[in-house]
Amino acid sequence: MSGPVLKSALNAEDAGFQANAAHNRALVERLHADVAQAALGGNEKSRERHTSRGKLLPRERVERLLDPGAPFLEIGQLVACDMYDGEVPGAGVIAGIGRVSGRQVMILCNDATVKGGTYYPMTVKKHLRAQEIAEANRLPCIYLVDSGGANLPHQAEVFPDKEHFGRIFFNQANMSAKGIPQIACVMGSCTAGGAYVPAMSDETVIVRNQGTIFLAGPPLVKAATGEEITAEDLGGGDLHGRKSGVVDHVAENDAHALTIVRDIVSHLPRDRKPDVPIIDPIAPKFDAEDLYGIVPTDVRAPYDVHEVIARIVDGSEFHEFKALYGSTLVCGFAHIWGIPVAILANNGVLFSESAVKGAHFIELACQRRIPLLFLQNISGFMVGGKYEAEGIAKHGAKLVTAVATASVPKITVLIGGSFGAGNYGMCGRAYSPRFLFSWPNSRISVMGGEQAASVLATVHRDADKWSPEDAEAFKAPIRQKYEDEGNPWHATARLWDDGIIDPAQTRDVLGLAFAATLNAPIAETPRFGVFRM
Amino acid sequence: MINSLLIANRGEIACRIIRTARQLGIRTVAVYSDADAKAMHVRAADQAVHIGGSQARESYLIGERIIAAAKETGAEAIHPGYGFLSENAEFAQAVIDAGLIWVGPNPDSITAMGLKDAAKERMIAANVPVTPGYLGEDQSPERLQAEADAIGYPVLIKAVAGGGGKGMRRVDAAQHFADALQSCQREAASSFGNTQVLIEKYILSPRHIEVQIFGDRHGNVVHLFERDCSMQRRHQKVIEEAPAPGMSEAARAAVCDAAVKAAKAVNYVGAGTVEFIADASAGLHGDRIWFMEMNTRLQVEHPVTEAITGVDLVEWQLRVASGEPIPLRQDQLSITGHAIEARLYAEDPARGFLPSTGKLEILDFPTNSRVDTGVEAGSVISPYYDPMIAKLIVHGETRDDAIALLRADLSHLTVWPVRTNAGFLFRLLDDADFRRAQLDTGLIERRGEALTIDPLPGAADLTHALYFLEQDPRADTLLITTGLEGFRLNRTPATERAVNVSGERVTFEIDRGPIQSHFQQYRREGDALLVHGGATFRVTPDRTEGGPGGATGDGSILSPMPGRIVSVEVSEGQAVTAGQKLLVLEAMKMEQALTAPFDGVVETLNAVAGAQVQVDTLLVKVSKAD
Repeated sequence: MSGPVLKSALNAEDAGFQANAAHNRALVERLHADVAQAALGGNEKSRERHTSRGKLLPRERVERLLDPGAPFLEIGQLVACDMYDGEVPGAGVIAGIGRVSGRQVMILCNDATVKGGTYYPMTVKKHLRAQEIAEANRLPCIYLVDSGGANLPHQAEVFPDKEHFGRIFFNQANMSAKGIPQIACVMGSCTAGGAYVPAMSDETVIVRNQGTIFLAGPPLVKAATGEEITAEDLGGGDLHGRKSGVVDHVAENDAHALTIVRDIVSHLPRDRKPDVPIIDPIAPKFDAEDLYGIVPTDVRAPYDVHEVIARIVDGSEFHEFKALYGSTLVCGFAHIWGIPVAILANNGVLFSESAVKGAHFIELACQRRIPLLFLQNISGFMVGGKYEAEGIAKHGAKLVTAVATASVPKITVLIGGSFGAGNYGMCGRAYSPRFLFSWPNSRISVMGGEQAASVLATVHRDADKWSPEDAEAFKAPIRQKYEDEGNPWHATARLWDDGIIDPAQTRDVLGLAFAATLNAPIAETPRFGVFRM
Repeated sequence: MINSLLIANRGEIACRIIRTARQLGIRTVAVYSDADAKAMHVRAADQAVHIGGSQARESYLIGERIIAAAKETGAEAIHPGYGFLSENAEFAQAVIDAGLIWVGPNPDSITAMGLKDAAKERMIAANVPVTPGYLGEDQSPERLQAEADAIGYPVLIKAVAGGGGKGMRRVDAAQHFADALQSCQREAASSFGNTQVLIEKYILSPRHIEVQIFGDRHGNVVHLFERDCSMQRRHQKVIEEAPAPGMSEAARAAVCDAAVKAAKAVNYVGAGTVEFIADASAGLHGDRIWFMEMNTRLQVEHPVTEAITGVDLVEWQLRVASGEPIPLRQDQLSITGHAIEARLYAEDPARGFLPSTGKLEILDFPTNSRVDTGVEAGSVISPYYDPMIAKLIVHGETRDDAIALLRADLSHLTVWPVRTNAGFLFRLLDDADFRRAQLDTGLIERRGEALTIDPLPGAADLTHALYFLEQDPRADTLLITTGLEGFRLNRTPATERAVNVSGERVTFEIDRGPIQSHFQQYRREGDALLVHGGATFRVTPDRTEGGPGGATGDGSILSPMPGRIVSVEVSEGQAVTAGQKLLVLEAMKMEQALTAPFDGVVETLNAVAGAQVQVDTLLVKVSKAD
């Protein structure tokens, strides 16, 4: 398993390189600052109130749960950050993949310092996304529960629909049915619907004099039946540990509870062996931070994607497939952290040849059971009479079919533009990549803001009467709207991706993400849809 | 030469004597108490006789039983070791009267040296210098001043009836004597109703120097040079060395000559030690070393003398007891190199040196030292006897060599779970004054916590231990561990870790630097032992277990099934200990005792003998003891 080492044509002294680096570093600094802010959770007062009760802060809970030194791949760090008046950072729940007692697991941890840990619509979406990742990758789920349940003012967007609150428990039941362990640790409230998180789990821990599980809290009980009862007597550790049997283990405090969870995980059956051969990883030959200088300040400016690949793959070794054919889609085999991967990376507009080449390459990867990595920087498929006539629609469809029905794990990174049908052909969110991450410079929309403004201006019924100033006045807000909505901060807040990542961490993120995917078996025989020939 | 020997002792000294006896072809008989039934000295001897209960006064201190044991086993001689009956003249006489050979001095010599004041008088008569002082009937200020002037300042005025630091004055110069005397007498009068005082030389920088002497039945007495035992904690010797650092040939000749005179004055036979106190404020000088007392037995620290002279003192004892002359003449004895002994005790320096008893699950001795011990891994340190684990004796060309050897050994010595003074010894060896041989008997007391507190291992050591602990054979093949340690998305890597160090949660930053101390690891049920600066620490993964009540709830004792209360063993308000029987319940023809889940007090008692109870009835509630 080897390939030629990629060469770099980079000149770090180049003014363009330095301008790019300054721009991209500023974006990464903003990212780090925003993530640090979101990681604080609720305001200082609510954090103090939390700790004054002897409770560990949610991030401390996660840290204490993880194995010492284990990496933690967080999902949706900035979800909801520009929504709900910015009061629900991270949607009030921490989600991510980490190692506990030697096993990779999905951790979901409510943050009670954020609106009492109640479920906003984006909280539900993030919770379900984490469960989706867990299910697809067969990761045991650990729920560190400390939540007041559904956020009542938002109930219409939280409760009734298919992908709403109820789906959490549907997922728990179905994952349990598939043998994916469901473990709950009740470290605070667990009220009403929330009570089903522990109740639906395979094994459950509660912290005495702190965790409570009940369908209705003391005030509601009093209103309904007149019964006066304390929270601890109604649904505390001893009630559930001794009488109801809703929980299996009663802990003295947070730290003790997390130790019990670690013990539970240590008794789970071991992970399966991966279906792909893993080799010893070696670092790329080039510095990952060069990526800041490679990626242009303008998403429309072209650059050679080989420079990116050279900074992500092991030893910068890349066995390229059909380098001379359909060269706007770079395809080839490599390793990331020792895991074999088949990479598809845009290097310009998609032509018929590129699409067909991509479909062929995906067939190869599935045949050989090699996971797929999509590095997406695509303005779309080529347009025009010549291309329609040669059937670019059906060639594009081949690529989309291959992507949609590929039987190996797929991971997508938006490293630039993600526009139009290019998003489909390059495994956008709708094509269920196991993970989808964005770079801070990326943009996503059905088309570029400029094209959209032009198209809308062209089809406007008064367009022929406009002066150039009128046209600009019409187009400017459209451009702005596309810019705002196509921005990765807007996208990630809505969970269109699993997180914005620092380009320099891409290789590490992909290593962890691919390692997670290998917990699930890979189909021995691929089965694709009909390719229109 | 005698053919058989009973050792009236236990522990390391019994083992030590047996070793030499065996080399000489002498049959050995051990005696033992209940607690020592499985002790090393019992197995080391050819025969062993049980002589009584675990308390020394029920066994090792009962002379008749020991003599009876010797008779019973046909032992010809009795070696008393040190401690116990070794300086008991009556016992020595009883042994002789029983027709046995006493491996020790004549009972008369023991008696003569046992009475400290009388011994001093004899020494003065024998021209042995004793600590200058005045304890006379003439209490006139003039006489007292004159005596003080003769002794030389500084002096100490002490109320004869005084104590606890009261009625004591240090006087540094003659012109202050009169005032100090008055004030001391006033205080003595009001506190003790007795104005009588004594005057002593105040020794500024006292060092404990002792000389090993040996006498035989043919009138020969030789010395085997001196030892320095100034490193003491509350008069307990901690580190002993030979020869005394900084001892000039002239001073050595003076003190050794004095020791031989002392021995001859009491017709001494066998191994003995003459103890001196030296004023070392200006180095060691023959005229500033004074007799204190004589120990009429083999000393704990005899191995350092053996190391520098090449003599087996126990062999000499046995030969002399058999009537042979001392094997070597004085001019055949010389000093080679420097030897140091460290006494390893089962005690916890951080808790005022309280003895630390229990099973020595791990006991791994280092390699540079001669190790004199009576225990091994698996032995138990009982509360009945001196908690010494071993003596580590090193012998180097120079004092610095010896220190280096001992330091290296202490940093590899592993003892667990019994606490030891090894870290204390290690730090003492590193003490700047000790290194420069600026010794005096107050040094240890002055250092205080700097010596008694074992510093925790550093981050590099803990990092090393952590990864040792994390070598999980079940580790996941899928996991990327190298290079992605502590990875956090868009954040700095998590480098803070926690481990449990000897029961305490310790957090630290990952440090891949060199391991700061010598480091030894054991793997025992998934944990590591780490030897840092002499002290052994147990490092285990960070786990928080439930405290009292973790598995036992809030102390509510509910009836586990319907049944009848047979008996109630406690009353309300009574203090109970974990596991104590509270009441007995009969159900399904079975009797079941319900016990206290933890130490506490019976807060509620809802049980009456004979009463029928339903399932889950609250019978007793125990509240936790603070």
